[in-house]
Amino acid sequence: MNDLRLRLGQNLGLLLAIGLFLLFWLVYNGLHPKGFSTAVLIQNANESFVIGAVAMAQTVPVLAGGLDLSVGAVMTLVNCLASVLVNGSGWQMVLGIVVCLAAGTLAGWVNGVVVVYGRIQPIIATLATGAVYIGIALFIRPTPGGDVDGDLSWALTNDIYEFCATYGLFDDGEAAWLAPFAWIPMPLAIMLLVIFLVWIPFRNSVTGRGVYAIGSSEGAAYMSGVRIDRCKIAAFTLAGFFAGLGGLYLALQTSSGNADVPQAGAYTLNSIAAVVIGGTSLMGGSGGAICSLIGAMVIRAISFNFRIFDIAPLLQPLFEGIVLLGAVSIGAARVFRVKNRLELLG
Amino acid sequence: MTPDNSPFLELSGVSKRYGGVRALENVDFACRRGSIHAVLGENGAGKSTLIKIIAGVVQPDEGIMRLAGQPVRFRDPLAANAAGIVCIFQELSLMPDLSVADNIGISNPPRTRLGLIDKRAQRRRTEELLARVGCEDVNPLEQVKNLPLSRRQMVEIAKALGRGPRLLILDEATSALTSSDVLKVYDILKKLGEEGLSLLYISHRMHEIEALADTCSVFRNGRHIETFPAGTRGPDEIVQLMIGREMAHVYPPKPAGRGAVPPVLEVQDLRWGDRLNGVSLKVGKGEIVGLGGLDGQGQRELQLALFGVLSGLSGTILVDGKPVTLSSPAQAKHHSIGMALIPEDRKTEGLMLPMSIADNIGMAAMGSLTSGVFVDPAKERAAIQRMVDKLKIKVGDVADPVATLSGGNQQKVVIAKWLLTEPRIILLNDPTRGIDVGTKQELYQLLRDLADAGASILFYTTDYDELIGCCDRVLILYDGRIVRELQGDEIDEKAIVATSLNLPTTAETPFSAEAAP
Repeated sequence: MNDLRLRLGQNLGLLLAIGLFLLFWLVYNGLHPKGFSTAVLIQNANESFVIGAVAMAQTVPVLAGGLDLSVGAVMTLVNCLASVLVNGSGWQMVLGIVVCLAAGTLAGWVNGVVVVYGRIQPIIATLATGAVYIGIALFIRPTPGGDVDGDLSWALTNDIYEFCATYGLFDDGEAAWLAPFAWIPMPLAIMLLVIFLVWIPFRNSVTGRGVYAIGSSEGAAYMSGVRIDRCKIAAFTLAGFFAGLGGLYLALQTSSGNADVPQAGAYTLNSIAAVVIGGTSLMGGSGGAICSLIGAMVIRAISFNFRIFDIAPLLQPLFEGIVLLGAVSIGAARVFRVKNRLELLG
Repeated sequence: MTPDNSPFLELSGVSKRYGGVRALENVDFACRRGSIHAVLGENGAGKSTLIKIIAGVVQPDEGIMRLAGQPVRFRDPLAANAAGIVCIFQELSLMPDLSVADNIGISNPPRTRLGLIDKRAQRRRTEELLARVGCEDVNPLEQVKNLPLSRRQMVEIAKALGRGPRLLILDEATSALTSSDVLKVYDILKKLGEEGLSLLYISHRMHEIEALADTCSVFRNGRHIETFPAGTRGPDEIVQLMIGREMAHVYPPKPAGRGAVPPVLEVQDLRWGDRLNGVSLKVGKGEIVGLGGLDGQGQRELQLALFGVLSGLSGTILVDGKPVTLSSPAQAKHHSIGMALIPEDRKTEGLMLPMSIADNIGMAAMGSLTSGVFVDPAKERAAIQRMVDKLKIKVGDVADPVATLSGGNQQKVVIAKWLLTEPRIILLNDPTRGIDVGTKQELYQLLRDLADAGASILFYTTDYDELIGCCDRVLILYDGRIVRELQGDEIDEKAIVATSLNLPTTAETPFSAEAAP
């Protein structure tokens, strides 16, 4: 009981984000003419995947006490790369996907190396590398377009049933044991897979814990024998992988690549907002990628509601900003409990 | 003591310089197996540099270090750990956002077959280690930042034990402990010594050293002065070795009793969370009142509360007999109150390190150095020069960054900054930590001069000698309240130590009775 209370207390931010998401999402579904249908769920999941992946990417450097301004750029770079590579025969596509994810990971690794061995502040290092990545993206795809395999795109942006049907798996998705899962949208399934195969093992690895330790107190972590350099590079590398995953998915979703500079910037800024809403401290040391995924879903759920409520498109950014400010403020309410004003400055 | 008398750790000819400052000078030092070896010396004597070299935090410029006869050189703390050298530092090395179990397992957690951290095994090990230091009440899942300081320090000790040390270094590791914890730690350390571990023990508390150590080494000005078996020298002799001259000359004479003085600052029943539990005190005009007691008994919080940093206070603060509400340092320094706080950590709370000496000195009094709305450069220059001369700050150019100054001179800059505001009430929080004896002496004289000129001074220090030598009255805090007021001849080490540990003052200190055989 005591353990449970402690765990709940340590995850208040996450619980709050889940509550906010449920609030906005249930309102949206309640008012939507086809609310609570598989179609809406699939659409929502598709629209949330990329921002979710980019938010998860942002989380890892933030946990280590840094900030990664290049996540949107890495996402865009991989998006353009995917629009060139993910087509052709089955094996070519698999190879293309692997190359795309590897490229994202490599970009993240470069960030980490620049930060650690260049001794440059993460925020400025990634501002610079981000511009480089956008430059490469523009080189790959000077104008929007590209060619992404249509079947693959269809299969991965629908539910599990359609995925199986497209590729003739499990009796075209009709297998009886599959029925309870058939409705699950593929983006959700992929995200769960990534969380269980990548994020949770990372979090429970010595390196992953080192990332938390550095964010909490770098000096103490160093004195405790944490391998600071290795952990920091790992944090940025994993960020690159997550951002790359987002870019790859965007290519599947839009069947194209677009080296859109403002879009890259918007994704980066939204990723920071998602991290904060999810309850990860910008100082580092507490929170996690799952929190930020929920945070991203909150941001998306807010914008879904604009489709229901008849608000002039010109006013949308204004309202979105106000709702966002409100959401972030709830998390900041702890300020009122701080008794030592010096702690607010930390 | 074990019969094996070969040194486990041996340093020969070790030197270390930081810029122009010699931190260690040609030091030879050895520590046996199974020995509890106390390292004594004033702040800045080279103790912490010695420890940092042994623990791999810094590398020596010259000299050789041998471990069990083999020459070693540690690139980083990790390498020192691998060789069995574990350090418990004065500044806690715990990560506040991580759980107790994660902190204890940080360097070498138990793993599952997949190479991931085995949380269940880690938790079991944490529970065992906590039980070993008698902290069964700490939940391994609790985040360290939610523990009180004394528990944190016990977790720190548990963490060190969990790393299987062969040489354990304790740097002021007991400074925040409650007295019952201190006794528990003594038992653990003695047992470890019997098991053949080498322990290096750094403490400013003479009675702890009497109770624990079998060997003492004294350092002064970066040199190893002497090593001798514990108990062969009296405390006076040791102190003399540490400061290198007679003690009597260090402090300016106190004024003879002058009867009751009207209180300038008065505090009634001040409470804040669980750190201040009803503090009442008075500081009169021209008085230096010392705050004593173990570290972390509310002294720091009391000063922050007076300076308007803490919110949610209850109780009354009176200045010149009138109740005041202080909700920010800006209010506290306002000339109607005229308060100044010389903070404990000059690097973060006292100075803006990259800014120039002049900017730092002028910062707090900026409001009075203006003509119209602009800062008057001529006035500012004159005021800064006045302070540099008055405090004898050794500067090349006042435009240099304050970070280029030595610790003692940096502290003088902090004090100069606040003296420019012409404060009537001066709060000092351990102002002489890490500065050299000469500068200390100047500061003591300065404090006395300020008091004679009418300032009221509330002086918190962890150094008993300063309480004895400097203060007209001493208030001992324990657990957030004042447990005793000492005056005149009552102010001596025995009374301070006994009340600090909240023991009846008539009894002998318990440690002298069980001093090392």
